[in-house]
Amino acid sequence: MAESNPFVPLGAADNPAAAGHPVAADNPAPVAGESNKETYIIQVRNISKSFGNKNVLNNVSLFIKKGEFVTILGPSGCGKTTLLKLLAGFHLADQGEIILDGKCINNIPPHQRPMNTVFQRYALFPHLNVYENIAFGLKLKKTPEDTIEKEVKRVLKIVGLTDYEERDVNSLSGGQQQRVAIARAIINKPKVLLLDEPLAALDLKMRKDMQLELKQMHKDLGITFIYVTHDQEEALTLSDTIVVMRDGVVQQIGTPVDIYNEPVNPFVADFIGESNILNGIMKKDKLVSFMGRDFDCVDVGFAENEQVDVVIRPEDIYIMNRNDNAMINGRVTSCIFKGVHYEMAVETENGYELLVQDYNAFETGSEVSLIVKPFDIQVMKKPIVSNVIEGQMLSSTSVELFGAAVECKENNDIEPGTAIRATIGFDEIELMDYKEDGALGGEITFILYKGDHYHLTVTTDNGNILYVDTTEVWDDGDNVGIKFYPDKIKIEKA
Amino acid sequence: MKNKTKINIISRIYLYILLLAIYAPIAIVVIYSFTNSKSIGNWKGFSLDLYVSLFNGTGQNADDIGRAALNTIIIAVAASGIATILGSFAAVGLHNLRGRWRQAITFANDIPMINPDIITGISLFLLFVSLGITQGYATIILAHVTFCTPYVVLSVMPRLKQMNNNVYEAALDLGATPFQAFRKVVIPEIRTGMVSGFMLSFVLSIDDFAVSVFTKGNNGLETLSTYIYSDARKGGLTPELRAISSIVVIVLMVLLIIGNLRADKKKSSFQFFNV
Repeated sequence: MAESNPFVPLGAADNPAAAGHPVAADNPAPVAGESNKETYIIQVRNISKSFGNKNVLNNVSLFIKKGEFVTILGPSGCGKTTLLKLLAGFHLADQGEIILDGKCINNIPPHQRPMNTVFQRYALFPHLNVYENIAFGLKLKKTPEDTIEKEVKRVLKIVGLTDYEERDVNSLSGGQQQRVAIARAIINKPKVLLLDEPLAALDLKMRKDMQLELKQMHKDLGITFIYVTHDQEEALTLSDTIVVMRDGVVQQIGTPVDIYNEPVNPFVADFIGESNILNGIMKKDKLVSFMGRDFDCVDVGFAENEQVDVVIRPEDIYIMNRNDNAMINGRVTSCIFKGVHYEMAVETENGYELLVQDYNAFETGSEVSLIVKPFDIQVMKKPIVSNVIEGQMLSSTSVELFGAAVECKENNDIEPGTAIRATIGFDEIELMDYKEDGALGGEITFILYKGDHYHLTVTTDNGNILYVDTTEVWDDGDNVGIKFYPDKIKIEKA
Repeated sequence: MKNKTKINIISRIYLYILLLAIYAPIAIVVIYSFTNSKSIGNWKGFSLDLYVSLFNGTGQNADDIGRAALNTIIIAVAASGIATILGSFAAVGLHNLRGRWRQAITFANDIPMINPDIITGISLFLLFVSLGITQGYATIILAHVTFCTPYVVLSVMPRLKQMNNNVYEAALDLGATPFQAFRKVVIPEIRTGMVSGFMLSFVLSIDDFAVSVFTKGNNGLETLSTYIYSDARKGGLTPELRAISSIVVIVLMVLLIIGNLRADKKKSSFQFFNV
């Protein structure tokens, strides 16, 4: 992945912490960044930030080239806006460095940073008209009035609002206000333009138009754009480079094509576009087994029989009438027209559900065959293969896990009070409807469909994370009780 | 239909009686300021004598009344000016606080408004005495500042709540220092709140008696309210007080009307631009 990436991903692809979930992340030193320092306009090095006891950014590193269009993409609450505010100078980092043009700017206040921001809800000055709003920055710099006038005219032309100078900003539509906000920022000729979900408040049609205009503006102005969004389609459309974030940790950095075709983990695969994500086993190089069958693939470098996640994009599955030589046989269970293509759910003979997109419709109930080409199978390392919990032996038949006393198989080899490590498989945990019914209470924080079961991320009430595989249907945010089976807890001395 | 008009008439009559009860005493003072008689109730024909003697200082106690009126205005302007500045800063600080502290300070801000004036007056009096501060202009202005500031905070807060928090950051982002951002962006946003806070403070200060009487000291400093009170105790009101009272009523009424007109204009333009 690193080879195909124009700007070096720092520890995202090969850092186990970044790929999976927030364990203690320790990123390797930015070796690649060191050697050609001058090509990067911004270097974010190992930034951490927390508000109270909530860790919002966890050891984030990022290298941005001059003139690049970088999108920071992630679900709400992933820390992307905080990262942008750190760059603008509205927040101070707890740890790490932000380097602009080779100089550390951690302690430079926002008004002295050569960056400008386009805010999410425009943040125009309501008591000033369009001209005064745009001229605000230049007036502070004591620019002569006639230069200001010329510059305002110029940027108004760029954003397509010629002759709007005297208008009251409150009388403008959302799209027009956003254009004024952009004009107000670019008139200062910043080295870097920061955009915080600038199109989020616009309707779909307007958003599409503005996306194209932004892209054009980026090309014409030659300024570095750092763009924050939760809209994966927007990110794919606009960016040279996408940074995918989750829970304050960078998951993957790469070009839109890389991110789409070669997601490094199930989260990225699921977040960017539609995907089928399945459990698999890497039999040997270029041979992976999933859905009860071996498939040729192009991935190498895994251990023999290593457990992996397999991603297949729905448009990469070929669907045809039933034919006995096909790899996978199944039955269409739903077929929805999506404009350009049809989206079909196919249930395979051995009980997996796959999402398939095709230009041709196959009626619900029809018997079909599916083909997947080796090149279209994306194999990913599994961040972890079972829950490993540090705990303590309480008695010969009970252990302490995440602060709760849990019954376990009788074990007389380990003294009570000894620190232990318990291993519990994803499918060896039961979730109950009520918190009181489990040894621990928790909340479901992420759901991934794995073809024949759900892979749930459960955050316990005391902030620990467990993964649970289940065929039962739960919703994101459900409160659950977590129940362990005494026989299924494997205990060893820590 | 008929019933409805009947109810209508009754409710109108009720309204007029109510208005009469509220405004009759004031109207009587104003009416009797235009006649030269010793006491109210004794109409000696229309004349502007009371106003003339008030202003050229020939009337009974006219000098004292004039001085008291001037004191009242100076105190009101100074106290409401200081209160507006203090209160606006306090509101901005309060707006940026979160959680428990914010609640605690908002509560502390409410206490002086609920607290009876007489208690505020006594406690300030005790404070000044125990600190050995000679009472006079400074103490009375300080006292008025203490009870006006909470009202300024209260009238500025809603404006801050309406403000898009990003505009301050936007100003910083465009190169304004924190002070410039405050002056060029935050103040224009809260200006209407500051103006109404000032006006409210001004009226409260002019109106105040209980706090003034405890903090004016005994060096002969009198405001209108304290002067009227002591004058009335000396045996009958000085007739010129009717004239000065009328002037105060009319000035306050004009202020009120201007304030309301301003608010109306703002509202209509607001609606116009948001249609």
